[in-house]
Amino acid sequence: MLKIENLHAEIDGKEILRGLNLEVNAGEIHAIMGPNGAGKSTLAYVLGGRPGYEVTQGSVTFNGEDLLAMEPHERAAAGTFLGFQYPVEIPGVSNVQFLREALNSQRKSRGEEPLSGGDFLKLAREKAALLKLDMDMLKRNVNVGFSGGEKKRAEMVQMGILDPKFAVLDETDSGLDIDALKTVGEGINAIMRKPDKAVLLITHYQRLLDYVKPDVVHVLAKGRIVKTGGPELALQLESEGYETVAA
Amino acid sequence: MLDATTYPTRREENWRYSDVDALKSLDLAAINSWREITVPAGETHREIFTFDQADGTDLRRLRVTLGKGAECELFAVSAGSQYARLEVEVTLASKAHFEFGGVTLGGDSTIREFVTRTIHAEPDATSNQTVRAVHWGKGTGNFLGRIDVVRDAQRTDAAQDFKGLLLERGASANAVPQLEIFADDVKCAHGATVGQLDEQARFYMAARGLSPDMARKLLVRAFLADAFAALDDEAEQERLLEQALTVLGDAV
Ligand SMILES: Nc1ncnc2c1ncn2[C@@H]1O[C@H](COP(=O)(O)OP(=O)(O)OP(=O)(O)O)[C@@H](O)[C@H]1O
Ligand SMILES: [Mg+2]
Repeated sequence: MLKIENLHAEIDGKEILRGLNLEVNAGEIHAIMGPNGAGKSTLAYVLGGRPGYEVTQGSVTFNGEDLLAMEPHERAAAGTFLGFQYPVEIPGVSNVQFLREALNSQRKSRGEEPLSGGDFLKLAREKAALLKLDMDMLKRNVNVGFSGGEKKRAEMVQMGILDPKFAVLDETDSGLDIDALKTVGEGINAIMRKPDKAVLLITHYQRLLDYVKPDVVHVLAKGRIVKTGGPELALQLESEGYETVAA
Repeated sequence: MLDATTYPTRREENWRYSDVDALKSLDLAAINSWREITVPAGETHREIFTFDQADGTDLRRLRVTLGKGAECELFAVSAGSQYARLEVEVTLASKAHFEFGGVTLGGDSTIREFVTRTIHAEPDATSNQTVRAVHWGKGTGNFLGRIDVVRDAQRTDAAQDFKGLLLERGASANAVPQLEIFADDVKCAHGATVGQLDEQARFYMAARGLSPDMARKLLVRAFLADAFAALDDEAEQERLLEQALTVLGDAV
């Protein structure tokens, strides 16, 4: 589904990704772990097409298509989703308005009919319930005044509504309390654990992986994947640390 | 105010950012004509101004006199004409209220401006002015807001808030607040900022599938909305916002 080959990327002329290779197949959940500053969020942003993140070498294909040639909004319409480590606040724009426009823009570019106001609200209510987020939160402005954990849950509500084929979730577990972690973990499974979908889960801790069981675990350090293994690799990292395991 | 016998020039404080050349297409009598509105004690006057002429000069001058406890609410969408100017002079008696909410939008080399003079002539009157300016190309938006508080006008509460949003380098937004306060017990809040679209918000919106145009439209709409927040008719607020946003399609 996603194939990254020899990816090099820089920010402000500074090389952050240095020849990264990664392949994710449909039906799989991959976890990416790695030290602070390794380039995990950079990878997420490069996949999302964030301005300022310049790819200097390599390729990324999504279902055989050149992902890097697409505009950010086209990547979303193609079925990708980026869960932000730091979700952005948008004063003056309500979640409902934002997500309805977003969903209908995606549907339009896929040649589908727009969802009516009523049908959209029904869908939003269903996904908010799945993530145990009060529907009133969705009437408020996008992420404005949301707590750290509420922002992360709202991200997953967005993912539920947009129903992507492939999601990169950047530290979706950070800021979540114990109960919220379980809710979010189960939410990710409900939305993404499907034979035709895949997830790249960026995390620092095993605890999310207790709920969202990864098929493959990678260690990203200094801009490359330096080690790949099964679920046991995350446990080994947790007990021994990066220095020993990924040396 | 005496009628001018010559055309205004940019040397005059009130016309310093104006398109004074465009005024030459009007005769002096037209420039000097003011519409007079008197709102009797306790009554309310609400009026909405839309500047949507394709081209040319659109100058409207208004002199409002508010009786005791009278209210005047003016809202304006200025998104037409090469040069558009709405000038309002308001004199408030005690406990009167003046509300002004206006937006200017424009690209090319258009100039769109609001010029207000709010005279708090008696105690306990309030005024609130909110202006939002969105410009691109070499477009310019101006808000010149003078507030006069006479010596006896104690407990005056006069607020002015201006925000400019520039979509491209080359566009400009100017705010010129001018406070002439001769009473001592007065609240006069005023703020003016000019900025650009939030790049982080734009990327976030794109990452959810919104095209750059749509993202910009939603952000601009949110930015403009403050100007009409005091209008207690939601349908009318919507209508004004939609009208303002129609010209945004011309922006790059
Ligand atoms: N705008 C920028 N300009 C210069 N350097 C940057 C910029 N953004 C990120 N970097 C650098 O890129 C490197 C990788 O950052 P990135 O955010 O991808 O790390 P990360 O693996 O996600 O770390 P964390 O676990 O702390 O979230 C860091 O050294 C960071 O300082
Ligand atoms: Mg990060």
